[in-house]
Amino acid sequence: MRFMMLLKIDENTVPAGGPSPELMAEMGKLLDEMTKAGVLLDTAGLTPTAQGTRLHLSGGRITATDGPFTEAKEVIGGYALIQAASKEEAVEWATRFLRTHGDEWTLTSEIRQVEEPPGAGA
Amino acid sequence: MPVTAEDTTDEAHRAIEAVFRIESARLIAGLTRVVRDVGLAEELSQDALVAALERWPETGVPDNPGAWLMATARNRAIDLLRRQERLARKVETLGRDAEREPGPSEAAFDRVLDRAGIEDDLLRLVFLACHPVLSTQARVALTLRLVGGLRTDEIARAFLTSEATVQQRIVRAKKRLAEAGVPFEVPARAEWGERLSSVLEVIYLVFNEGYAATAGDDWMRPALCEDALRLGRMTAGLLPEEPEVHGLVALMEIQTSRSAARTGPKGEPVLLLEQNRSRWDRLLIRRGLAALARAEELGGTVGPYALQAAIAACHARARTAQETDWPRIAVLYGALAQVAPSPVVELNRAVAVGMAFGAEQGLAVVDGLAAEPALAGYHLLPSVRGDLLARLGRAAEAREEFLRAAALTRNTREQALLEERAAEQGEDGRA
Repeated sequence: MRFMMLLKIDENTVPAGGPSPELMAEMGKLLDEMTKAGVLLDTAGLTPTAQGTRLHLSGGRITATDGPFTEAKEVIGGYALIQAASKEEAVEWATRFLRTHGDEWTLTSEIRQVEEPPGAGA
Repeated sequence: MPVTAEDTTDEAHRAIEAVFRIESARLIAGLTRVVRDVGLAEELSQDALVAALERWPETGVPDNPGAWLMATARNRAIDLLRRQERLARKVETLGRDAEREPGPSEAAFDRVLDRAGIEDDLLRLVFLACHPVLSTQARVALTLRLVGGLRTDEIARAFLTSEATVQQRIVRAKKRLAEAGVPFEVPARAEWGERLSSVLEVIYLVFNEGYAATAGDDWMRPALCEDALRLGRMTAGLLPEEPEVHGLVALMEIQTSRSAARTGPKGEPVLLLEQNRSRWDRLLIRRGLAALARAEELGGTVGPYALQAAIAACHARARTAQETDWPRIAVLYGALAQVAPSPVVELNRAVAVGMAFGAEQGLAVVDGLAAEPALAGYHLLPSVRGDLLARLGRAAEAREEFLRAAALTRNTREQALLEERAAEQGEDGRA
């Protein structure tokens, strides 16, 4: 089974200067462990919403809004696509990922299973 | 629905099992290094799991569950060893001969606890589980159990056998390893080739067991492909300099990328060239091509897995079936026939040669296989031959071959297709 691990942050509470070198090192270690365990399929961080654009469709009309999306409490800051044997396992990996962030960060991880087409092998 | 205490316990147990699945291989590997007995190591890890199931629902999962499990197993092991020592001393005072090796020290456990060198232990465990003194079946079961962290009932379901059978297979395998005095070590250079190919064979066998089964009710089967992929990726992480390991991973990633396109709406198999390529999984193709590139970087384009992966990659790179690089596939099959000669490889080469250089040349390769006893009852031989003959306009011969192929296949859908193709060649052989 595949799970999308969405990482949501409140851009207003992100520590100045972004992730510390220590955090980057801890995260790197965990991602390496997940890769070697055959769990991590893909992961990336996203640039701040200041550089993002939102397209909204309503009643057949599309409106565009450029970032930053300050009105939003939480925005997606990154993701990891993982392969796990169960949702509980995905939750455990997400827990480990959050824990690397220590006390300074406020983070939400949303874990959603990826729908598999019928007959998909993995 | 109200949440009952039982629900929360259930939930907690599932969470603990997930932690255990992540940690068990490392746990068993580290313990085996110290106690030198994989059977005892597994028992100790099970004890630690039981302790976690008792404690964690109340205390919550600790911050570092792996270290907690290892520390718990360590304490059990030390208790056990002290009891054994006391017993041995009693035996000694009775005047018996009590020659015994010094048991592992607490310091030895503490070295495992800091997790340094645990990857070496894991690698030793992989080689132990795939040891040639074991039967192939035993290697598969032991690898899935000790390295993959699967429960015996999961292995039993995956291989459509009973839990008791799997249980017995694992017990016997561990006993066999102990009897044979198999050391817990990475094999020496002299036997490296054989030992590594045993590991890769076990992983690919698990993969094929899952891949060959069609989807549907057999929900465990796709999971088996996932388990094989995980084992493969893990082994690649442990042996990053071995091209064939990356070759195997590449092959499995690319094959899995086609899963969704391999079966039609009624569950019928769809041949590679007829698959809807938009349903191929781009992420897995990308991962597969990256693993293949890694194998090539390491100079490993000559092993059977890397070669098969290279062939699979030719298909993966083609946006449409017409864009397939058949000359390259023909060359790769030629190379594969050198390192892993088999009539089936040769038959595949015939197809590729036929696609690349014309039916005449393909037919020449197939005709070289006519007397091959291994292919005597294999429907694809006449089927491929019929196809090549049809392309050459030799309808009467083609018809005969298609009918022969239809009679040989046991798959009714395939049979219908072959009979249809025979009919297309015309009743009297004139298309």
